[in-house]
Amino acid sequence: MAHRLPIGGLAIDRSQPLNFTFNGESLQGFQGDTLASALLANGKTLVGRSFKYHRPRGIMASGAEEPNALMGVGQGGRFEPNQRATTTELYDGLSAASQNHWPSLETDVGALNAWVADKVPVFSAGFYYKTFLFPRVAWKHVYEPFIRKAAGLGKATSAPDPDTYEHFHAHVDMLVIGGGIAGIKAAREASETGAEVLLVEQTAHLGGRALVDGERIDGQDAVDWVSSQEADIAGIPNLKLRTRAMAAGVYDHGYVMVYERVSDHVPGAKGAPRHRLWRVRAGQIVIATGAIERPLTFANNDMPGVMLASAVRDYIGLYGVVPGQKAVVYANNDDAYRTALALADAGATVQAVLDVRTEVTGALPEAVRAKGILVQPGRGIAKAKGGKHVVEVVTGALNGDTIGGREEHLFCDLIATSGGWSPVVHLWSHCGGKLIWDADRAMFRPDADRPPTGADGQAMARMTGAANGDLTAAEIIGADQVEAPSESPMAAHWFTPSVGTYRHGTKHFVDFQNDVTAADVRLAAREGYESVEHTKRYTTLGMATDQGKTSNINGLALLAEQLGADIPDVGTTTFRPPYTPISMGAITGSAKGPLFKAIRQTPMHGWNEANGADWEPVGDWYRPYCYLRGREDRHAAVTREVLNARRAVGMLDASTLGKIVVKGPDAGKFLDLIYTNMMSNLKEGRCRYGLMCTENGFLFDDGVVVRTGPDEFLCHATSGGSDRVHAWMEEWLQTEWWDMKVWTANVTDQWAQIAVAGPNARTVLESAGCDADLSAGALKFMDYVEGTLAGCPVRIFRISFSGELSYEIATPAGYGLQLWEALYAAGEPQGIMPYGTEALHIMRAEKGFIMIGDETDGTVTPQDLDLGWAVSKKKSDFIGKRAQERPDLVRRGRKQLVGLRTEDPKTVLPDGAHAVKRVREHAKMTTIGHVTSTYFSPTLGHSIAMALVEDGLSRQGEWLDFPDGKTIIRAEIVDPVFYDPKGEKPNV
Amino acid sequence: MLLLLCPYCDVLVEETELTPGGEAHLTRFGPGSSDLDFQNYLFTRKNPKGIHFERWRHTFGCGKWFHVARCTVTLEVFGSYSAQTLRPPEEILDRIRAKRPDWEY
Repeated sequence: MAHRLPIGGLAIDRSQPLNFTFNGESLQGFQGDTLASALLANGKTLVGRSFKYHRPRGIMASGAEEPNALMGVGQGGRFEPNQRATTTELYDGLSAASQNHWPSLETDVGALNAWVADKVPVFSAGFYYKTFLFPRVAWKHVYEPFIRKAAGLGKATSAPDPDTYEHFHAHVDMLVIGGGIAGIKAAREASETGAEVLLVEQTAHLGGRALVDGERIDGQDAVDWVSSQEADIAGIPNLKLRTRAMAAGVYDHGYVMVYERVSDHVPGAKGAPRHRLWRVRAGQIVIATGAIERPLTFANNDMPGVMLASAVRDYIGLYGVVPGQKAVVYANNDDAYRTALALADAGATVQAVLDVRTEVTGALPEAVRAKGILVQPGRGIAKAKGGKHVVEVVTGALNGDTIGGREEHLFCDLIATSGGWSPVVHLWSHCGGKLIWDADRAMFRPDADRPPTGADGQAMARMTGAANGDLTAAEIIGADQVEAPSESPMAAHWFTPSVGTYRHGTKHFVDFQNDVTAADVRLAAREGYESVEHTKRYTTLGMATDQGKTSNINGLALLAEQLGADIPDVGTTTFRPPYTPISMGAITGSAKGPLFKAIRQTPMHGWNEANGADWEPVGDWYRPYCYLRGREDRHAAVTREVLNARRAVGMLDASTLGKIVVKGPDAGKFLDLIYTNMMSNLKEGRCRYGLMCTENGFLFDDGVVVRTGPDEFLCHATSGGSDRVHAWMEEWLQTEWWDMKVWTANVTDQWAQIAVAGPNARTVLESAGCDADLSAGALKFMDYVEGTLAGCPVRIFRISFSGELSYEIATPAGYGLQLWEALYAAGEPQGIMPYGTEALHIMRAEKGFIMIGDETDGTVTPQDLDLGWAVSKKKSDFIGKRAQERPDLVRRGRKQLVGLRTEDPKTVLPDGAHAVKRVREHAKMTTIGHVTSTYFSPTLGHSIAMALVEDGLSRQGEWLDFPDGKTIIRAEIVDPVFYDPKGEKPNV
Repeated sequence: MLLLLCPYCDVLVEETELTPGGEAHLTRFGPGSSDLDFQNYLFTRKNPKGIHFERWRHTFGCGKWFHVARCTVTLEVFGSYSAQTLRPPEEILDRIRAKRPDWEY
């Protein structure tokens, strides 16, 4: 079984033992261990169950490519599912739990899936398109709950995350990705030119494969060479090194996202974020991400104890852990013989090296033979046998597509397998770098002639080292500087046939994480999935969290074989960032809680807060929905606020209202184009309600325009729309009518605004002390005057959105609170109360005033809303005029605005309820309109609603049916102006 | 994430500071135009695989609109220029022609 050697292990510090638990069992490892190496050191080779078949799975790899060993790590708010044990650094107190099994890892009911699958192919390629289809009703109650329970990996915690995360921007001349010997070399060479270089390495240490592969560089052991390089780098000021930092994605124009796991290995470390997301802008990118070994595809190749040959070497060399005592090596290349040597040196028995090649004569195989280890050319593994661990292999002679000859049985607890290497070309491909097929090494390598390009049209990235297909140290560093055994060519081998058929419990796994077998890939090809992108989606090959790091090329080759095509003609699937999963916390950075979104506050925010404001977000603003008094609820507060404004007087914090100054000799001409109605003839000191449409002819904002000077207008926009409206004006000014002499400024935040509305409004203003004549004759409805009110400089607009006598008073933001408090005090004898947005909405609905976003949805014209009076017939042009001549916008049958009164005055129609042409019990119904605003009117004592109904303007008096669950609400089409239809109230 | 030069600020700007505005050099068709002209103005946009002239706004900066000539495949940028023109500047057209002899404006 797997065990720890008494000495050795480059990465571990034996003086620092660490305690951890796995599925509740207390175990021990060392500082420097990964969770995977520590588990193997404790003989834990069964670490999870597979996704579909719940087959027992063990650790297969030693790095980011690990498909099997996914576990839940951490506790409480720090618990995180689906963590790769191979990239999780051990720390004291780590708690890990295996996933995807019930009731336990050892005894798993889901494994029944595999037993069933042997009898009938329920989980074969595209199973979810083929099974679980009928009866339809079973989906909701049987299939989906079953699949949800059976599928899926770990479950995220719902506890809040106690850690912090941050984003970090870096601008460098060169970013080198990967701290192996190729990356070290590239970074040092660049630094010698004086360039600012950042070198990032995803693991905790430099060196990559060189640490365990035993070459000598510049007369030193590679390990020592790496150490001396690391010491040198520390002294180079323009070369920065970051370990535990993985380049997750490469994007346009040298933008690279780097995911640094700052304190995953010391959870809760003070003063450090858990993860840091680097947003790097690099002049040049060097990608030295190495290569990933591919497993060979043989029967039961997913059994615990089957590992990548390089991973076996890593566990021995880096962690002093031997994954097995009796090993079989199965390979198609010389490199894997290093594993046989490492195993022998570590005291394990190597039963045999099976090599698919018929001639095996390289220096490494000879060294293996010299150790007395049996090398068997032309033989392969016909089947691995065992249960929760491999115990035996059946071998046979390989002969083209078949395996046969004399069957041999070898007892073993470890199979080290190597099917060759795949360069990690992900980052190269992320931003458009192309690949070429290297038939000699059976791999896709980057095509230097078709690189990702930058803003100058030149290559912005290059690949080096194993990532470039240069798999040996001699190719990377230079043959004269490296002493290493020469390697003879590998032989592509994509599938080892089994003895017997798959009905005898043998499966050849290609994608271990998603449980996709060779048979699945072939079935997909037979069923017509010729495109690799389609096959991927049909079989789910490469779609798991490892994105097929170990499986893509094997699957591709099988597909090509089945289709009778060449591998490069079948092509690869698309590589997409991130290279390995990154945490949501890192993406979020500090943008959570109060920092998630900036909140805009009015000058009266604090007063509102202190006086019962029940907040409602409006755009970026927080506005009081209502002001709660005593123990009343929202509904009671809103009712009180409406009735008080109608009977006495109310005040509204209207500071959020958009305010845009439009100024210049051509301001009037410009506004005539922006608004549907005429603005240039507006007289100084007067206000006019205006509508804005898009070029499509649809209404998109409204508000009151005030002429504040001969060349100056103040345009009010909706609270949520002020930025949009300002940007809209600027766009037209800058890109279409740039000859106009007009300036705009968004002064929304510069002014606080207060609406005082109600029969007593004038009295309130007068008693607050106003130097302007507010009498009905002097300041008429829709008039505007400047003056001083309660000692504050003000602009007073006599406009009304409530239908009452009303003044909107703007004062420089710094006076906002002072004026608010002064008006509140002056209004006390008049019974003044502040009101919130809901009372505002109800009062405007009682008046039949539209609200942008309620009565409009981007498909509604002013004419639909019976606002044709505000659309000029005289103007030769305005934005939207041409569109409003289109046949569809003038046809009969358009939905038009109506008022609704329900049959039962207490019933409030649901918002968005649909009116149907004819109520039918068990059939689809045709809708003819929908509710856009709906309230219970405290003023009128009955429900009111507005709706958009086909031809609604000519259907007054008709009754409509609104199905609502089991009942039908009946409502009569009425005029939408429910309150004060003659408009007498504001005109006093 | 693109880096584009704002010709007003004369700085390279991250794409996150910009708002895209689609195809540049559209001709507005207003009242009196034919249905086809108006339809094309409103809805029909070029989507070239190659050289494209685009509108961008330096929203989180100076607020100015400008135009960019760029290849949508290689992401090569041939230059930024004022939005207040009906046609790309000759020097930018020359720069494109020098690199793409077969290309025609």
